[in-house]
Amino acid sequence: MKIGDLTELALRNLREAILRNSLTTLGVAVGVASLVAMLSLGVGLQQFASQRLASSGLFNAVFVASRYNARNYERSANQDQNKNQNQKQNAATAKPARPLDESARVEMTRLPNVTEVYPEIRFMTEVRYADKPYPTMVAGVPDSSRSDGAFDGMTGKFFSSSSAGEAILQIAFARELSAQPASLIGKDLILRYAEREALPAQSGKAAQSSAGNTNSAGAGFSVVPHEKKLRIVGIVSTEPEGGFGGFGRSRVFIPLAVAETLSATQVNDLRDVLNGSNKTRSYGSLTVRVKSPTLVPPVEAAIKEMGFSTFSLLDTTRNLRLFFTVIDLLLGIFGSLALVVATLGIVNTLVMAILERRREIGVFKALGADDRDIKQLFFAEAGVMGLAGGIAGVTLGWLIGKGLTWGTNIYLSRRNLPSVNISSVPLWLALGAVAFAIVVSLVAGLYPASRAARLNPVEALRYE
Amino acid sequence: MRARIKKPGASPARTNIEVEMSSGENGFAIRAESVSRHYQMGAALIRAVDGVSLEVRAGEFLALLGSSGSGKSTLLNLLAGLDRPASGAIIVRGRNLAEMDTHELARYRSLAVGMVFQAFNLLPRMTLEENVELPLRLAEVERADRAARVREALEHVHLEKRLAHRPSELSGGEQQRAALARALVNRPTILLADEPTGNLDSATGEEIMLLLKNFNQSMGMTIVMVTHERSLAERFADRIATMADGKLLSITAKSAGGAHS
Repeated sequence: MKIGDLTELALRNLREAILRNSLTTLGVAVGVASLVAMLSLGVGLQQFASQRLASSGLFNAVFVASRYNARNYERSANQDQNKNQNQKQNAATAKPARPLDESARVEMTRLPNVTEVYPEIRFMTEVRYADKPYPTMVAGVPDSSRSDGAFDGMTGKFFSSSSAGEAILQIAFARELSAQPASLIGKDLILRYAEREALPAQSGKAAQSSAGNTNSAGAGFSVVPHEKKLRIVGIVSTEPEGGFGGFGRSRVFIPLAVAETLSATQVNDLRDVLNGSNKTRSYGSLTVRVKSPTLVPPVEAAIKEMGFSTFSLLDTTRNLRLFFTVIDLLLGIFGSLALVVATLGIVNTLVMAILERRREIGVFKALGADDRDIKQLFFAEAGVMGLAGGIAGVTLGWLIGKGLTWGTNIYLSRRNLPSVNISSVPLWLALGAVAFAIVVSLVAGLYPASRAARLNPVEALRYE
Repeated sequence: MRARIKKPGASPARTNIEVEMSSGENGFAIRAESVSRHYQMGAALIRAVDGVSLEVRAGEFLALLGSSGSGKSTLLNLLAGLDRPASGAIIVRGRNLAEMDTHELARYRSLAVGMVFQAFNLLPRMTLEENVELPLRLAEVERADRAARVREALEHVHLEKRLAHRPSELSGGEQQRAALARALVNRPTILLADEPTGNLDSATGEEIMLLLKNFNQSMGMTIVMVTHERSLAERFADRIATMADGKLLSITAKSAGGAHS
């Protein structure tokens, strides 16, 4: 029989026992829905975690520091080689240490696939608000944070420009300033900070004292208190880039360009004095943003070649992917159980159909149907139930996922937390689930189809 | 998909098996040679058909007459390729049905023979048109040709105005006529009828018999009809084969005067 005729007859047969077949199809739909809902949660949570981690800027970033460090600054390449490091690292560290200054920053900016290089600027200040002092940490925030999600869910808005005299407060700090943090938006505060100012040319005692120290060729710097008036434009309820490599542990955020112009004294300034490189100011660390996490390794290698220490969290993402793959697998197995039960419904329905249509099968054979035609007819019926159940199941599963997201967001909003999307039904999942439902239904149709095909036409025609 | 081997001049919808079946061999449409069909029922062996040899000439109207349980329907099923003989051969235009595989037998049933049954066996969920179209679907006749073929078959049995009716909306006679149209729609050369008047009153039965006789005479169709009504057999059949206990007792032919002897 031709496929068109087969499908037409299969649909006609299914329509004839519409209630029973609908219930069977509903069973398949529930099975598929369970599978899709489970996997959509797995996929959604994976996407959510990846998105949050990506927005944290940790996985497409290389954190760069000078090889001078507090424990053993300006250590030699030979000393480094004595450490228990692998060969590759040794090769990288064989380069002489160099200061992490503006020239290095420019060089890194020119590396392929690098989108942004910015220093970590974080310093102690005293914030004055309503004539009261509040000591805290201030961090410079690059303009790219506007769209990377680090400040999602904040009250107010992001900085109006990269050089705006504006500030965003962390909620805990805002609560210290006012019992009603939201009322702070639009108000001004004063930032009191210690500005680093280069000293004039050396003379007198300073020159003498430095003569005995070959490492301190520079004259040092003076620290001058300054004030900067800033307007509060936003309050963030989370800790952006919490605690690592960025603005963590800071409670007042200002545009990075503004932070750079303040020239506030930082910890690494002392190091500059000690190693005599304070003529050209160096950075404590630089964050190098790369187009995507997959491009991090070559950039990291290139920076090491330049003579800097690097760190990235790429391996952590691999482990995260493995974790979610295992979770998806387990969720898929549990979700499939309902589909397996549903297939038993298909077997039952088709076996019932054989009993009911025994005489009809005999007539088909008397009119020229061969065993293959009968088998294909039952397969087509199973396949149609699988297809319909699959499509309905994907829709139902998607709705369940949406419902769970909706419920979760209600729960989160009651706790003043930002909304999240915990389920996702990508195209591959929808198509895969429908295909899986069809395959499982066809497998379920194997026994009934073969049993129907084997019917003896003479006995079938005698059947009342 | 079934392979189609066309013979020049043959209808596009007719396959090689049909061409073989209609090519003729010594003027016989069907030849049964020592055909037996036995059933094992517990310890007993039932000899439903026991060593029957029979020749049906092309274009002949043969009646298989016998009482209930005589084996006539079993023999008809064997001739139809619905059942296989335990021994013996059934030669239809040169090919032994007993040696055909299930696929070849299905093609034989689809294209070489048409069948009508006592219980009509129309599918109740389908309209008349769909019932008659079914053999065309199974024979993979092109969709574009089907409507005309269905109409033509229904015109032969005068039911062309009942296309959209379901079997339950027809009388017994009409249902049997519809079954006849279904049997004719693939233009078979042999028509096998199992008690076609068994569920009908005598007037309607006569109507069906006249149709069968008409097909036999106007189309040259070979007809083998199972019946237990001697009067019908004597009036319409060219020859009567009488069976009892699975054996063929006698074959009588109609004389020029119309009587069988």
